[in-house]
Amino acid sequence: MAENQLNTFQVVVIGGSAGSLETVLAMAQALPAQMQAVIIIVLHRKNDPESILENLLSYKTQVPVREVEDKDEIQPGNIYIAPPDYHLLIEDERTFSLDSSEKVHFSKPSIDVTFESVANVFRQRSIGILLSGANADGAAGLLKIRKAGGTTIAQDPVSAEVGYMPQQAIDLGAAGMVLDEIALISSFKELLNA
Amino acid sequence: MGVMLHDEEIEHLTTVLYDLYGYDFNHYARASLKRRVMRLMTIDRVPSFAELLHKVKTEPSYLPQVVQGLTVNVTEMFRDPAVFKTIRETVLPVLATHPFIRIWHAGCSTGEEVYSMAILLEEANLLHRSLLYATDLNPVVIEQIKNGIFPMSQMKNYSENYILSGGKKDFSSYYTAKYNWAKFDERLKSRMIVSTHNLVSDRSFNEFQIIFCRNVLIYFDKELQDRVLTLFDESLDQLGFLVLGTKENLRFTSIAGNYSPFSIKDKIWRKTS
Repeated sequence: MAENQLNTFQVVVIGGSAGSLETVLAMAQALPAQMQAVIIIVLHRKNDPESILENLLSYKTQVPVREVEDKDEIQPGNIYIAPPDYHLLIEDERTFSLDSSEKVHFSKPSIDVTFESVANVFRQRSIGILLSGANADGAAGLLKIRKAGGTTIAQDPVSAEVGYMPQQAIDLGAAGMVLDEIALISSFKELLNA
Repeated sequence: MGVMLHDEEIEHLTTVLYDLYGYDFNHYARASLKRRVMRLMTIDRVPSFAELLHKVKTEPSYLPQVVQGLTVNVTEMFRDPAVFKTIRETVLPVLATHPFIRIWHAGCSTGEEVYSMAILLEEANLLHRSLLYATDLNPVVIEQIKNGIFPMSQMKNYSENYILSGGKKDFSSYYTAKYNWAKFDERLKSRMIVSTHNLVSDRSFNEFQIIFCRNVLIYFDKELQDRVLTLFDESLDQLGFLVLGTKENLRFTSIAGNYSPFSIKDKIWRKTS
């Protein structure tokens, strides 16, 4: 991989809550085995020490999946999952960091926290995707990505299992695109090939 | 949070805190420190960074609030119960072979974990020959450890954690409920030595058989992590145990070579040399 490509990889950050798991798995299944992007997944879930999400995703894709540990290196071509009970932050272009501070929107990990952190560091190279959920988390963060010049997508609330979360983002003017699941997955693939 | 701070502003603040008060936040991980500063400004309704800086410089009485705000004080009893189960079942039998057990909870905030460990020791009939050193840089939280009073609202969660950690008793037998507070038994506290200690600037002060430092290193950059781990290395007995947070790792650190994994999933290492 050429050095200039290394410095221009895109960062796709996907946030989801209630009703988003199937969509996330379908997105993982749509991934090419080789990709340049970094994919970060932040889902609200119970604290499971068994890493069930990591295993579920690994069944769906050849792309390496890793639940992030503190100060892990950010490497293109990987899927990273925010660990339960921590906020996932971007320390710099090359490094994750974790934060075990107060919940945000009753959530840890909080989608807002990671969206905002990705927007701060990766600016217009950020792609934010907000899926189904019954929580207001993610909307403000998605707006930060949009204002930083990144690409933002909200799942169409009508097609989402629980429309409340993407609707919040739409109401805030954070969603550059509003797409149902099928359209969302095909644009996701296009964005990765771009 | 409305304001967006720049790296230079964070550096300016850490320089002022160090020069005026000796608190060194320079090697704290930037991304979370920035969030802490913004959170402090939101909570204290400080409208701009310039005003925050002015307040910090001119009001020494504001300092405790700043230290409280910049450090994370989220902790719980028997957090990650599986870790405490491993300690109960496989670490305590090893510690029991020592005539006297010294334990250090470094950066333990309000002390929930120290009380958890004291309970484990008591149930293993080891508390009377143990000393638990509980330290944090923040003098405010230190007082809370001494009080041993925790919100009643947490007790259901703590009781569930306790049972998952292998606890067999009725958890409520360890405290007296009064209004919205649970006051833990004095005998648990009787073996604790509570003191301020700053991992960034203070030195090793004893030798321990086990050191807990969970979810503290995540707030430090790699350079500071290495310095603090060296401090732990200097403070651990031969064959002593080091317990980190479940998403922290000794891998790629300066002391990794001196340790072998004791329980990788629980992030417990044992000193080998």
